[in-house]
Amino acid sequence: MSTSTYFAGSAAPGETPRTPRGVPHRGGEPNPSAGALQARFPGAVQRVDVVWGETTVVVDAAQVLDVVRWLHDDPQQRYELLADVTAVEFRDPEQPLEVVWHLRSLAYRRFLRLKGLLTKGAPLRVPSVWPIYKSADWLERECYDMFGITFDGHPDLRRILMWEGYREGHPLRKDFPLRGRFSRSEQLRQTLAANPEARYSMEELTIAEAFTELPLEVRKRLAGGERTGE
Amino acid sequence: MATTKRTVEVAVATAGMGPDGRLQRTPLGMGADGTLVAPEVEHGYPPELGGEHMLINIGPQHPATHGVLRLVLELDGETVVRCIPHVGYLHCGFEKIGEYRQYNQIIPWTDREDYLNSPGNNCAFALGAERLFGIEITPRCTVLRVIAMELSRIMSHLVWMGTTGIDIGAFTPFLWLFQERERIYDLFEQWIGARLTTSLTRVGGMGADLPAGWTNMLEEFIRTFPKTLDEADRMLTKNAIWVGRTVGIGALTAEEAMNHGLTGPMVRASGVAYDVRKDFPYLDYETYDFDVPVGTRGDVYDRYLVRLEEMRQSVRILKQALERLPEGPVNVADPRVILPPKHKATSEMESMIHHFKVVMEGPRPPVGEAYVAVESPKGEKGYYMVSDGTSKPVRWRIRPPAFVNLSAIPKMVEGHLLSDVIAINASIDIVMGEIDR
Repeated sequence: MSTSTYFAGSAAPGETPRTPRGVPHRGGEPNPSAGALQARFPGAVQRVDVVWGETTVVVDAAQVLDVVRWLHDDPQQRYELLADVTAVEFRDPEQPLEVVWHLRSLAYRRFLRLKGLLTKGAPLRVPSVWPIYKSADWLERECYDMFGITFDGHPDLRRILMWEGYREGHPLRKDFPLRGRFSRSEQLRQTLAANPEARYSMEELTIAEAFTELPLEVRKRLAGGERTGE
Repeated sequence: MATTKRTVEVAVATAGMGPDGRLQRTPLGMGADGTLVAPEVEHGYPPELGGEHMLINIGPQHPATHGVLRLVLELDGETVVRCIPHVGYLHCGFEKIGEYRQYNQIIPWTDREDYLNSPGNNCAFALGAERLFGIEITPRCTVLRVIAMELSRIMSHLVWMGTTGIDIGAFTPFLWLFQERERIYDLFEQWIGARLTTSLTRVGGMGADLPAGWTNMLEEFIRTFPKTLDEADRMLTKNAIWVGRTVGIGALTAEEAMNHGLTGPMVRASGVAYDVRKDFPYLDYETYDFDVPVGTRGDVYDRYLVRLEEMRQSVRILKQALERLPEGPVNVADPRVILPPKHKATSEMESMIHHFKVVMEGPRPPVGEAYVAVESPKGEKGYYMVSDGTSKPVRWRIRPPAFVNLSAIPKMVEGHLLSDVIAINASIDIVMGEIDR
């Protein structure tokens, strides 16, 4: 434990970062990593925007894993922190869905936003960045839960905030109903009819005696690969 | 048989003196002939308790899970083999609600996610919205927000320290620390009228300026608070039980912590000096003189030390903020977002129309997006807002630090004892309102 005066990453530049002032709406100095990305992945980078001083690089969603791996590993970039994975759906139904990755390089004190565009109507699939950042685990699960985007290569893509058996869709999509589809009495009926074994996931039910204590019929269904949930 | 990270010392066989010159205590069992004999155990390993694994469910209704967290644990004896966390019991769809609210109407919702840090969330949201509107706040407002954010950091850390103490078995510091927290709540009550759900800020300014005499109350708090902190420090830092329960527990290396996306005191305890206030400053934090405490072991004990020191550093910042607090307007002179004075709105037609339009239609930021992160007591709290030019955001995303910190809990608890799960879970400083949103 040391209360040292501050030191950042090993390759921190000498100058102290300052609170941004007078940031223009559009334009301004882009993050140097954007140019490096364009040089390294000319096919994948579709657009570079600077909005309110933050650099956004729109990349081909299918190649995002390679892009992110390079950003993480390259000694000139060192984006070691994946701050956030999320998605944006616009009110205009024609506009594509955007998957957003927020990356931070602590060594160079840079912030970079990656975006992948997913056309509506086509399957919503992007590669998972979990092999590089373990923090993507829950963030991608939440994004899947809320938007229905499938992250290929994620080891355990389940719902996280909603429960596993939730069948009403994905809450943050614009077509999600705001008032619910069922009456209160129907909701109550469904809750009471829920399967008790739905409290545990398949994985958990395999532990120790929990599995053998279940009714035979339930065991058969679980062994047949059925997922739990009401 | 899983290996335990803490070896359970079992003293064996020969009665008499140990190497330290004291009488050795020998655990005894019953032999076949009815005599008491020492059990045959290999030194340094816990006795084999059979290969059966057990499924243990903790929560969601459990006092040590700090809300409605549920952990499903697979145990081998007392050792955790696997931990499967479940969240979402408190999900209320804050982000969805935000898409149907004007920017100023979202501020009360930020009170309710991380409810131990309401003023800090208010300031963070206002900063994000101001970036989206392209507004520069006044110098007085900047310093007022620093005061609010540091007070709320102390407030949140006090709750953390008190409740973690209770989880590990120390009750007294809880009472002392909550008395101090009560004084901060009194300060906020004087300032804005609310204690827990403060809604302190507005886009472009604050809900209220400081009342007369408030700075004297804050000075009094700054003068007396470190004494209580020192008392709690003396109660815990060298306490044998506290040290025994926390040192070496739930340790993460700097690389692991970074890779799991940990931020705030969690990552700093592992030795990474990442503090948003220093690395990506806001509210002129680069002009304040304060240090960032950094741990070395990355265990529960270091997380405690880091948070303890952070409170002292917050007091330092508060002192400097009070010294430099400038006079002047609190709200920006921008009629797009700021209401006209009340007496004008009730007496002049133009001001009344202005008031009506700001309230009913709401301010409209230009098309764009902004991600503004601040150093909340839990870590990097980010608000990501996307505007399509209307008065309500298309997307309002909360980057919850405790959510990402909690996702590393299987990594931290596996291999530890069941009782350590409680200590590790406490050390993450979770607030389920923020995790489930």
